[in-house]
Formats: sequence, C-alpha cells, structure tokens
Amino acid sequence: MPRARFHSDGRLWRWRLNPAVCVRGGPGFLRASAGAGPGHGVSAAPCLRRGGALRALCGSVRGLAAGPETHFGFQTVTEAERREKIYQVFESVAKKYDVMNDSMTLGIHRVWKDILVHKMNPSPGTLLLDVAGGTGDIAFRFINYVRSVRERQLQRKLKHHQNLSWQEISESYQEDKSKSLGDSQVVVCDINKEMLKVGKQKAQNLGYSEGLSWVLGNAEELPFDDDMFDVYTIAFGIRNVTRIDLALQEAYRVLKPGGRFLCLEFSHVSNPLLSRLYDLYSFQVIPVLGEVIAGDWKSYQYLVESIRRFPPQEELKAMIEDAGFFKVDYQNLNSGIVAIHSGFKL
Amino acid sequence: EEEEQEKEEEEGCYRLYPGHIPTSPLQKALLAAGSAFMALYDPYRHDMVAVLGETTGCLALPNLRDKMKHHPEGYRILQERPRIRLSTLDMARLRGLPDGTLGREYVRFLEDNKVSPDTRMPPKFVDDEELAYVIQRYREVHDLMHTLLGMPTNMLGEVVVKWFEAIQTGLPMCVLGAAFGPIRLSARKLQVLATELVPWAIRSGRNASCILNVYYEQRWEQPVESLREEIGIFPPPAVRV
Repeated sequence: MPRARFHSDGRLWRWRLNPAVCVRGGPGFLRASAGAGPGHGVSAAPCLRRGGALRALCGSVRGLAAGPETHFGFQTVTEAERREKIYQVFESVAKKYDVMNDSMTLGIHRVWKDILVHKMNPSPGTLLLDVAGGTGDIAFRFINYVRSVRERQLQRKLKHHQNLSWQEISESYQEDKSKSLGDSQVVVCDINKEMLKVGKQKAQNLGYSEGLSWVLGNAEELPFDDDMFDVYTIAFGIRNVTRIDLALQEAYRVLKPGGRFLCLEFSHVSNPLLSRLYDLYSFQVIPVLGEVIAGDWKSYQYLVESIRRFPPQEELKAMIEDAGFFKVDYQNLNSGIVAIHSGFKL
Repeated sequence: EEEEQEKEEEEGCYRLYPGHIPTSPLQKALLAAGSAFMALYDPYRHDMVAVLGETTGCLALPNLRDKMKHHPEGYRILQERPRIRLSTLDMARLRGLPDGTLGREYVRFLEDNKVSPDTRMPPKFVDDEELAYVIQRYREVHDLMHTLLGMPTNMLGEVVVKWFEAIQTGLPMCVLGAAFGPIRLSARKLQVLATELVPWAIRSGRNASCILNVYYEQRWEQPVESLREEIGIFPPPAVRV
C-alpha cells in the first residue's frame, strides 16, 4: 500500500489505483463556482483524470437531471444537496458555534464584528436586518451601539435642560426610559432552526429583549416586503449561501432607497507568506480543533474548504455591483483574511 | 452506486474504509495532544479517548495484528471480521443461558451498568484498513473484559480494566488512562487500587494470552470461570469496587 503524501497545506495527494498518476486535488480542479449561474455542469480539466472527458460528460448529463452542480468545500454536489449538507453542518455545530469561533480565531472574530458595527455607525431609529445572524453576535453589538449613542443623545439633551425644574427633569426621564433604543430594531434572520434557538437562548441569558426579533428565512428568498430596512448585514454567512447572486438581489430588494448593504466574510490573502501560514493553520489546526472541541471534524473541514472556494474581494465587489448597488467598496482586515464589503441602494 | 463510487473517487482513493479521515503527521500529533487534554478535562468525552487511542497506536496496533495473525483463533477473527453489536447479538438467547456462562454474565453486565455495545466509536484516524478493524475489535471486546475481570463501569473499575489492557495491548492510550485515571479517585479507592486491584490486574495481564485471540462469539455457553482459566486471568480479589 503506497504511503500517503501531503501538500504543504495538509491536503492529501489523491491517489489513483495506479500510483504513477498522482492527481492534485483542490480548488483548481473543478471550475464550478457559486456565482456561475444555473445549468453549468462540471467541466473537469481533461489532463487531470484518465477518462475524465467521458466522466465529465456523464456528470453533466446527470447534473442536468438532478439540478445544476456546485461545490461543497472541495466536493462537487448538486445545489439541492449543497443546501441540505450546509443545513446539517450548522445544525450540528450550533451549540458549540461560539466556543469554536473563539478558539479558531483566538477571539479575534469579536474585533472583526465590532469593526463591522462601527463602520455601520447606526443611529437610533435604524432598522437593521441581520441575515444568517444565527447566534446573534451582530444583533447584540448593534443594540449595544445604539443604546450608547442614545445615552449620549439623552445626556446632551439633559445639558440643554439645565434651566428646567427638578420635576420637569424627572418627568422627561420617564418618557425617555421607554425608548432606550430610540425605536431602533434588529431582525435576525437565519435559515437554520438550531442556530436561531441558540441565539434566542443567548439573548435571554444576556438580557436582550427589546428591539429584537427572530425570523426563520432563506437569504435567497427573504420573507420580507420591498424597501423595508435601513441596513442589511450578513456576517460570515454569504459563503454558505448556494446562490450568492440571488441573495444579493434579495438584499437589494428589501433595502430602502438609501439603505446600506454590509457583508463581513473571509476573503483572499494576497501576501504569499501570510497565505502559506494561513493555509497551514486552516488545514492542519482547524479541523483538529473541531474534532477536539466539538467532536466534529467534517464540519470544520467544510468550513476551511468553503473559505478557499469563496470569490475573492474584487469578484465579490463585481457581484454586488451586478445586483444594483452603488458605491461598492471593500476594506481588508488582517491583510485580507477577512473583508468588509459595503454598497448602497440609491 | 455509481454516484457513490464517483463521489469516492472524487474524494480521493485515500478513504480506506467508511468513516476514514486521512490526517497528516502534524494533525495526528495535534489530535493526540488535544484529545489527551480534553479526555482528562471532561471525562464524559469518550470520543476523545477513542481518538487518543487511534492517533497514538501506530506501534502497538501492528503488534496486536501480528499476534492475531500468528494464532489460529486470532487469524480466523481477522479473516471473518465479526462485530459485536446489538443487531448481531441474539440478546434473548444469551439471557436464557445458565448463570455463570459468558453470554449470561455479559448480558447481566450490560443491563446492570446500562451500557450498550453500539456506543463504541468507529475508527476515523487509523490509516490502515486492517488495523482499523483491530482497534474496532479491541473496543468491542472492552465490555467483555469488564465481564471477565468482574469490574463495573465506575471510575475505579475502568482504571483496573485499563491497567489490564495496558499490559495486554501496549496501547499508549491504555497506558495513559491507567496512569492518569486514578487522579480522579478518592483516597480510599486509591488505596484499594494500589494494594489489591492493580497488582492483580498486572499479574493477570502478564499471565493471560492475548485477549483479542479469543473468538468470544463462539463461546457464549462457556462458563466464565473456565474461560478465565483458559485465557489465564486470575480470579478477581474479593473487594467492593
């Protein structure tokens, strides 16, 4: 039995029955990508497999019957299969989602999410839709931010009331108390019941109740009317959407004119040294963390593979522009490990 | 079927058995360290004990496999690959056997301790298909070890069985379990462990032939005492475990 050999990033060389033909697996192997649109079969590069052309043909024929083909990590699946698999991944990781996020990123994901909300700079009265918001991280930060802005507003108002009587001042407290969020609202929408369950429980534990709603929904087909929200965010969720173009179109639809689209997602690292280290860490350490902490290797293997499959910054920017957004821009965090894309509906 | 084959080929022919997750040496090292820590930190994580066994067994497992190959009964087990599962065991028949037989005592053990043979984790990180069966067999025979040694599934009983298995198999996971398991025991239990149980476990482990070389499924009617004598396990000391 030939000994297994590994790439530098930890992926195994894929052996065929004849070990003289070693084929290299990975992102370049399959051309299908999420934004490719329906009806594309898998076109395997012919040199990579013996009999590859015939297999690709059979694959395409099968694909047309079962639905267009897309990727699940480094595997090829139909769109329906992908949705199902991703649902199962998040169902199984839901309870350990937050613990795993902290261990994988050594807590840095909290900084990324803080930066997102600071960039959003919401004022009281903002209506936020947080899609794929599962465990509520963005929603809770939004509420905290708006509360502190509101408090500063109230303090400023008080300063102007220094010529009022004590009674009038205490009466004005009563009114403002009921509006600690100043009419801001956040709707957390997620496709996965388990993630929403964890989120609701967290909200209860942390004492968030006002201005928060939980909705079960699909980013590709949102259960909301047109022109409803001031801000739409999707943090570390768009990578798991099967048809990113549809999700972007839906985002455009539900935003009010003047509304902002914000997307926080893992992206492409261009620095070659950092990229190698990042790959090494991703493929060697993260699945191990998944196995040790959550007892689930495969979900975290999917996670790191899906990051590699996701379009890089410029491509995502183009896709957002295609959906109709203007002034689309992105900001790299940590040299491109994470990027925040922003666009406006004008 | 064609789809499964296609998928298997796409994932690479390195999936040696269902559930196999290929790992690099670095990943195995990290897994070994992580699972050792987690197994001690949270003793209910049995999957971590299993992972530790798989990632550290690269020397002991081939030894065990060779021991099995060179013994007629062990060789038959390797060929036939029997599995101990609720679906393969005839529980009603075993329950009906006379008291003192292996089958009856095994079922009594399962019921008293409320365990089931189906909770054993299948191997994931062993990079050889035959060795994966060997470790699977070792896991499934573990409950029978409890029966033969007369040890319950509390912490003390498990530690005693680990000592026995450490001598028998040489698996680092058993050695670590035997060495670190007692950390969580009270002083009184430690005393019983040190003075009576461990010396007996070591003597029996040394004296007994390889426990994986016994085709237990064909010996349900055999009395436990007779099987103990045959293997070479000394009668357990008369202490309350």
